[in-house]
Amino acid sequence: MGKNELIKLVEDSVAVKEFPKFKAGDTITVTYKIKEGSKERLQKFQGVVLQRVGTTPTETFTIRKISGNIGVERVFPLASPFIEEIVVNKEGVVRRARIFYFRDLRGKKARIKEKRQ
Amino acid sequence: MSGLLGKKIGMTSIYDENGKNIPCTVIQAGPCIVTQVRTKDVDGYEAIQLGFEDKKEKHTTKAMKGHFDKADTTPKRFLAEFSRFEEKKKFGDVLTVDVFQEGEYVDVVGTSKGKGFQGVVKRYNFKGVNDATHGQHNRLRAPGSIGASSYPSRVFKGMRMAGRTGGKRVKLINLQVMKIIPENNVIVVKGAVPGPNNSLVKIERWS
Repeated sequence: MGKNELIKLVEDSVAVKEFPKFKAGDTITVTYKIKEGSKERLQKFQGVVLQRVGTTPTETFTIRKISGNIGVERVFPLASPFIEEIVVNKEGVVRRARIFYFRDLRGKKARIKEKRQ
Repeated sequence: MSGLLGKKIGMTSIYDENGKNIPCTVIQAGPCIVTQVRTKDVDGYEAIQLGFEDKKEKHTTKAMKGHFDKADTTPKRFLAEFSRFEEKKKFGDVLTVDVFQEGEYVDVVGTSKGKGFQGVVKRYNFKGVNDATHGQHNRLRAPGSIGASSYPSRVFKGMRMAGRTGGKRVKLINLQVMKIIPENNVIVVKGAVPGPNNSLVKIERWS
């Protein structure tokens, strides 16, 4: 048995939910559970996807939003059991897979062309 | 003590029941065969010798082949002694991952990755010179003083200096066993394990 097969065997136990397709440049909303003491509630995070890293089930993605003039980024593991739902709000047109240049853009420049349906 | 020889396969991460992401290392452990039993009468101490991973007969010397024939097994690549083994094992007994249980804690011994000749910042986590300005030049990662002057007029033995780094035997203690897959001889431990992938590791459990 090869190396990767043994690792895959272990990774099989990680359940990855079905999510819609999304890539860098898309605007998505992630609904995730947060625990406050013993209570659980849902929270939403909407922003632009900067990158997707790795392969399932260890894949992660980064979303960025501007919250009160301050940029906020969050990294989610795709297989995280806390993620309830992912909704794609806008499909963007970008030329690269990782759009780190987007961090330096402000105001009117920080817009991404929407894909024509 | 109880233990096995194994091969580091690589790392991945899984989730526990609380949804926490846990980094872990996949090790292919065993099956190991008892190739020799050391006894107090003959050898002066008690231990068992385990063999792991088959190798070709043409790569085995005649002397070693005789050793393996005694235990009635094929030639093995790795041999290691385990002292104070819990269960009494006999010649030719086969040990598998069953010796471990999920949730218990084990120690893992391996040879760390060789880093070559390294300075003191990497080798001993010295801080180096924290200023790039204030008159500093060429000294960012220097060790600083290595001792006083006329007394003692020498450098003390064991002074930490630059040199060959890594490639040493390292033992990590109390790694939790996250998962065991007996069909494929796989054991998954929490956290990292010394050495590169495909290197030999020794898994021990002291109780």
